Amino acid sequence: MATQSLMRRLPPVSVVIASLVLVVMLVLVIFAPMIAPMDPRDVASYSLMDMEIPPVFMEGGDSRFLLGTDNQGRDLVSVILFGLRISVVIGLGAVVFAAVLGVVLGLVAGFFGGVVDSIVMRIADIFVSFPTILVALLISGIARAQLSAETMLAWAPLVLIFSIAINEWVQYARTVRASTMVEIARDYVRAAKVIGLPSTRIMGRHILPNIMSSVMVIATINLAGAILTEATLSFLGAGMPPTYPSLGTLIRIGNQFLFSGLWWIAVMPATVLVILVLAVNVIGDYLRDHFNPKLMAR
Amino acid sequence: MIRLLSVRLLQAILVMVAVTAIAFVMFRFVGDPVASMVREGATQAEKDAVRVALGLDKPVLAQFVKFVGQVLTGDLGTSYRYQQPVTTLLLSRLPATLELVIVATVLALSLGIPLGVLCALKPHAFFSRLTQSATLVGISMPTFVTGLLLILVFAVNLRWLPSSGRGDLVDIGFWQTGFLSLSGLKSLILPSITLALFQLTLIMRLVRSEMIDVLSSDYIRFAFARGLPRTYIYGRLALRNALMPVVTVTGLQIGQLIAFAIVTETVFQWPGMGLLFTNAVGYPDVPVLAAYLLFVGFLFVMINMIVDILYTFIDPRLRTR
Repeated sequence: MATQSLMRRLPPVSVVIASLVLVVMLVLVIFAPMIAPMDPRDVASYSLMDMEIPPVFMEGGDSRFLLGTDNQGRDLVSVILFGLRISVVIGLGAVVFAAVLGVVLGLVAGFFGGVVDSIVMRIADIFVSFPTILVALLISGIARAQLSAETMLAWAPLVLIFSIAINEWVQYARTVRASTMVEIARDYVRAAKVIGLPSTRIMGRHILPNIMSSVMVIATINLAGAILTEATLSFLGAGMPPTYPSLGTLIRIGNQFLFSGLWWIAVMPATVLVILVLAVNVIGDYLRDHFNPKLMAR
Repeated sequence: MIRLLSVRLLQAILVMVAVTAIAFVMFRFVGDPVASMVREGATQAEKDAVRVALGLDKPVLAQFVKFVGQVLTGDLGTSYRYQQPVTTLLLSRLPATLELVIVATVLALSLGIPLGVLCALKPHAFFSRLTQSATLVGISMPTFVTGLLLILVFAVNLRWLPSSGRGDLVDIGFWQTGFLSLSGLKSLILPSITLALFQLTLIMRLVRSEMIDVLSSDYIRFAFARGLPRTYIYGRLALRNALMPVVTVTGLQIGQLIAFAIVTETVFQWPGMGLLFTNAVGYPDVPVLAAYLLFVGFLFVMINMIVDILYTFIDPRLRTR
């Protein structure tokens, strides 16, 4: 019995650890320029003399480079910190964009019902039938055909955020629509209507605060997915360029050195990516179970 | 049931029309089809000739009608990159993708369902908790990272298995299979495990949660009260109902499966349609992109129909309607 109750109390412990990991990562991301031993974008700060040094714990490691160096002699800790930064920013950007789009459309669909509802939800059906990665790859291909190489470089983060969010908003829209339909029958909404408040005010000030908790749960779960999608796209070469590498780009670069025995160039950023996503998933799982058991069970 | 199916058919046709329209817009307006067809430094007269030859001087609606006609006859244009008909390209890559996807799905189902049932029957056993935690790691592990790690361990360090390609292929008429040669089978191992792992975690978690739901329902408790054998209750009564959503979700997951097949094929340089697609994105080879979109849309619609029909077989209530 003792072990069983201990086991049941395990999730909160894992959630605490996950939260700590996430906080540490966020601090690292925010203060990356101050914490990183060198600036990977400043060519003067690294030298080819230091290239391909393995991590400290291996033979031939150098205490200056905790996780080793890449093929250009850049310190992997610094490269990963800056990469993590880009990954987190794009992930958050995609989540915010998708949430805003989904919440607005879901509110409107649920509030007005009828034709508006049908149109929004059918569009949602079409979007959801195509996987995010496929749509994002298509958008990337189209952007490449339409834009010049330089524009593409400058716009890469925005194209990524757009192509991830354009599929993910559906989850928010569906949940928000369902919750709005429940709320709309409640007395406080009816009262607000009777007073003659404008629809936008009822939606924004009255209904929205009541459904915000489910939106936050989806957003947390969604963040893990968005970061993964970004990493996958960058790994496939359709995401961040090597000049502004995200974690996915770093793994793509490291992939080329896998067979020369320089495994750490790919494995180190991959480990950081998995830890980040795992931490977000653990928290998301916990939130889902404890705040909204029925919300996104499948 | 006939009404149900005809409604689904109508929806399917609508989706296909929408997808065809998007593909048409891509063909016609993304990039310049003429610039990619003519030689470098072509004169205006040459360009105009190509424009007329492609029918680009006609009204857009007429072009769309022509495009739909071409799609229906299987003509999906010519690849900018390979200068071959896109249909031929896609078809030549189809066996590779299908073999990979089928092996991975069989692997995922045959492991995922028993594991899910096991975790549902003994939710607090050490083994179940361990599996549960492992699936969370599995979900957090991007497919390409799984693939990289497998390559690193089994191809680079141990040198047991090849890391790319399909090995030796045996030609059986229209189909090039890797099933019939040793190197073909060895090449299949790492990619199919990579692709299966992602499905496995989803199937397992789904079977587990459905099974737990079903086990707490009244009819199962009555079955226990009647003293029916456990194997009969679990295997016939409970699992059958728990598998319903699994069929739906596996069907709906086909989109995800295609997406992750793209990733897996790129990691292992597996010469399937997914690799063709990623290469087309970088090029960018618009006809291939548009054709792939059409193909996926068609596949998705077909699978959805099949899932609906399967549903009527599994759920007797739907048959009478």
